[in-house]
Amino acid sequence: MSSDAIAIRTADASSEPWLETLHGWVTTVDHKRLGILYIVYALLFLVIGGIEATIIRIQLIFPHMSFVSPQVFNRLFTMHGTTMIFFVAMPILFGFANYFVPLMIGARDMAFPRLNAFSFWLTAFGGLLLYFSLVGGSGLYGAGSAPDVGWWAYAPLTSRAFSPGHSSDYWTISLLVSGFGSIGTAINLIATILSLRCPGMTLGRMPLFAWMNMVMSGMVLIALTPLSAAQIMLMVDRYLGGHFFDTQAGGSAAIWMHFFWIFGHPEVYILIIPCFAFVSEIVPVFSRKPIFGYPVMVGATVCIGFVSMSVWAHHMFTIGMNSYANSFFTITTMAVGVPTGIKIFNWLGTMWGGKLIFKTPMLFCVGFLFQFLIAGLTGIMLGAAPFDWQLGNSYFVVAHFHYVIVGGILFALFGAFYYWFPKITGRMMSESLGKLHFWLFLIGFHLTFDSMHIPGILGMPRRIYTYEPGRGWELWNLLCTIGTFVQGIAILIFVANLVISYFKGAKAGNDPWDAWTLEWSVSSPPPSYNFAVIPAVASRRPLWDCKHPEDTDSRYE
Amino acid sequence: MVSENAKRRTPRERDLSRLAGVVALLVGILLAAGLCAARPSSDHPVPNIFQPQSTPADSIDHLSRFVLSITGLIFLVVFTLLVYAVAKFRSKATDDTREPAQVYGSTQIELAWTIIPILIVVVLFAATARVIHGIQDAPKPPTAVEVTAIGHQFWWEFRYPGLGVVTANELHIPVSDPAHPTPTFLKLLSADTDHSFWIPQLAGKTDLIPNRVNEMWMDPHSTGIYIGQCAQYCGTQHAKMLLRVSVDSPADFQTWASSQKQPANQDEKEIAGRHVFENTACVNCHAVGGIGATGRFGPDLTHLMSRQTIASGAADNTHENLRLWIQNPDAIKPGSLMPAMQLGDADLDALVRYLETLR
Amino acid sequence: MSAITNPMQQTSAAWTIPYRGTVGMACLIIAESAIFTIFVVAYLFYLGKSLSGPTPREVLETPIFFTVCLLSSSLTIHFASRFLEHGKRSAFLGLWLLTIVLGGLFLFGTGLEWHHLIYERGLTISTNLFGTTYYSLVGLHGFHVIVGLLMLTIVFIFAVAGRVGPEQSKRVEVLSMYWHFVDGVWVVVFTVVYVIGR
Repeated sequence: MSSDAIAIRTADASSEPWLETLHGWVTTVDHKRLGILYIVYALLFLVIGGIEATIIRIQLIFPHMSFVSPQVFNRLFTMHGTTMIFFVAMPILFGFANYFVPLMIGARDMAFPRLNAFSFWLTAFGGLLLYFSLVGGSGLYGAGSAPDVGWWAYAPLTSRAFSPGHSSDYWTISLLVSGFGSIGTAINLIATILSLRCPGMTLGRMPLFAWMNMVMSGMVLIALTPLSAAQIMLMVDRYLGGHFFDTQAGGSAAIWMHFFWIFGHPEVYILIIPCFAFVSEIVPVFSRKPIFGYPVMVGATVCIGFVSMSVWAHHMFTIGMNSYANSFFTITTMAVGVPTGIKIFNWLGTMWGGKLIFKTPMLFCVGFLFQFLIAGLTGIMLGAAPFDWQLGNSYFVVAHFHYVIVGGILFALFGAFYYWFPKITGRMMSESLGKLHFWLFLIGFHLTFDSMHIPGILGMPRRIYTYEPGRGWELWNLLCTIGTFVQGIAILIFVANLVISYFKGAKAGNDPWDAWTLEWSVSSPPPSYNFAVIPAVASRRPLWDCKHPEDTDSRYE
Repeated sequence: MVSENAKRRTPRERDLSRLAGVVALLVGILLAAGLCAARPSSDHPVPNIFQPQSTPADSIDHLSRFVLSITGLIFLVVFTLLVYAVAKFRSKATDDTREPAQVYGSTQIELAWTIIPILIVVVLFAATARVIHGIQDAPKPPTAVEVTAIGHQFWWEFRYPGLGVVTANELHIPVSDPAHPTPTFLKLLSADTDHSFWIPQLAGKTDLIPNRVNEMWMDPHSTGIYIGQCAQYCGTQHAKMLLRVSVDSPADFQTWASSQKQPANQDEKEIAGRHVFENTACVNCHAVGGIGATGRFGPDLTHLMSRQTIASGAADNTHENLRLWIQNPDAIKPGSLMPAMQLGDADLDALVRYLETLR
Repeated sequence: MSAITNPMQQTSAAWTIPYRGTVGMACLIIAESAIFTIFVVAYLFYLGKSLSGPTPREVLETPIFFTVCLLSSSLTIHFASRFLEHGKRSAFLGLWLLTIVLGGLFLFGTGLEWHHLIYERGLTISTNLFGTTYYSLVGLHGFHVIVGLLMLTIVFIFAVAGRVGPEQSKRVEVLSMYWHFVDGVWVVVFTVVYVIGR
């Protein structure tokens, strides 16, 4: 009976009817299988979102292109943003958290396995519902199809008057449903981390991966529900005649913005903090040193969690708030850069004096450090309200946040894939394909997103399906689009690497990287029960203590 | 103890990492070049935020350069440290297999790199707060020109309450002499969804939000044409809600304002076209002064021919475009709210000839 | 791999960790607080901004009795939980039933109030900003009461079938945490709608 998370092709696996295998996967409550389901689901949507981005970039390669109509373009950028944030980034990060948090804290599964499964299927259904809009979105007068209101769905553009048909409803309900899934997973992660740690693993001895996923989950609890609230209000407006955002009845368009960004800003920290977790696990191992300043890393993360709740209106600097409000949000935005910057220094400090091994996971982490630094600095620039009055809602902002999301989050994710693929599948990924993937993606990324800053400086707003010639934007848009194709090729190489390595990769063994956290103490892939005996730990790096009994960490902590 | 999996770094890999540094440097140079490359032309200037022509844009430009220099410095320092670390601490083929010194942290260093960023933030904030207040809390002098801008899907309505002028899409304002300032103060409203008024060389953008009154101002230093466009997604044709600001000399501005105040030109030759205008649905949306057409859903056409463009900048104001716009707006701006008027050729030609008398 | 555990079997201090049910429910309460906060903020923001239609002062009557019902149900559930811990099943059963009745009374009261507002005072969710925010906020709370009552009833049915004893008291305690939260929210809603809002 194949009770392993993924069976390496043994004789047993092939004799099991495929229907039973499928049933096993669909009804699973095992955190490892659910983690894999989340990750595979997200990768599929990554490809879809990437295709949407490619079409957008083709439309913008030259001025006055008519590759797609304005209506289709507006749906494309709405779907691209919504897909990437809610059905790629959130699921893939929850997937890694699901797989590795229990293993890292010495537990057998998450605290609520059935809630775990329910949360996954809610999220999955949300994604399918969003894309069902392509078929089912036609409402009155045939208006509709995929939502085209931008991923923030500003009111009153989403009111029945300006969005007839059901396309906006698909946006609203699919996110409402998957939002509940996210909240379920967040509850599960916090309960797991607080209640299922193995003996000896005090909160001060947990891997940073666990800490950061805990902070992220706490933020999900507080930040996702404002979006749900706003979406319920929107449905009340659209179907029960409510007036929450009805400016004709005295309602406020700005209040949607406040509610949305009270969700939206913490959301981007929710996305980046698990990536900090990846980097905090990978960099020490490939520098052969412990993380520099563990307590401050924890403190800085918690600090980010709190301060990031107070910066939301930096997305609204142009809506006409008074100078005191604008100043307040400027200082909080700049303030949140301090704990974030500190982490970059701590990672640098980890590398300093170490023995750096530039395998693919480490390459991606170094790329992350470089790009996250730049992205953070352009964020500080945008945090200065007057600077944002010029550059807000322009391609400079698009460049900034793609720098964080692609240059930061996606790079860290690639690093995580190369690092933990051996644990999940029992096989190593190809180093040469990995390096090719890294360099190609690096070049494509910089070609696209470095260039993208300039049209913003030259006055190009975002969300436009075409632009006028003669404004100095043509060259940069062309470079942008070329870079997209380079990135696309790199992603194909990555996918090829995943597939080839799954079948033909070198056997990994328990601990191919000579690492120090508990997941490397079990087989690759782990047995379904994770640990034969629940371990007891005495330091932050239990496997270091095992391998260096003469010089254990517990002496110094 | 280094595991057997750690490969020795080949010279080729060293070269590759150097190549990365070079690539990064090249990209940086490209960026800088791009910033300098944009040169304004008189007819279609590049709306570059670093070529400001008005006080708000000036203050933002100065602040931006200050912020950029600080963030640039931070980048250089950290980037240098990163490159140094990558080069100096990579594990070499000749290394022994011992692990390096296991350093857990350092209170002094961590304190230093907490305090210094906090100080930088304080400095940045102080500089920024001054500019915020300077721009947003600037008092309105009595010599200011007042304009009310109303955003529509997908065109701009401009009303000059003090001058009795109503126009659309192309804004005329006087140049402002620092000795005797005549800035333009705009009140921003919206008739439907959110929009945003952005002329990069004259000021930062400010949104037009329904049921809300926003304000902004600009005092252009030199005459000329300044361009921009709507900067808040407002629906299908957000991309073609273009802006054109003509900064005129005081005399030219007076001339323009007086002619705009006049009712429509009454040219008896084109009375047939005028009848087409009055008897079809045109009057429901469009106003033409002096003939009893008072529609407000679409732009005021009283002085249509005084504008260089139609459809909020989507097309030049020529005979062919005007005819095409009325016959089939989707050919110019698909998804705009102008309906195809379904006129026969004779009526259409007469109508266009009439519109061309509205100077 | 057992090598991991060898050098470390020295947990001398007692290893105490919180019960996962309590942690989970606390997390849910935090999330729900955030959603209610947004609805309360909307209510407060729109106070006095309705362009027409009935105002709170004109049509709202303070539901003192039904509020007392709901808040005392917090007391009854608290003692029911205590009794269960100490194995006093019949006392638990009685107080648990009383909790359900009191909660049901509260819902009934809300229904009465809404009937009066809609049919006699002409206030619906689409009447004006006050109507929209009032029905949404009170309705969201009422929805949570309904869900709570459903859960309480399920436990009651299991209890009548003899399946709820002191071993389940931790789980029952988690459910009563939820019920206390619902009551706490009502305190806030009551203050905002019937005290501040008028």
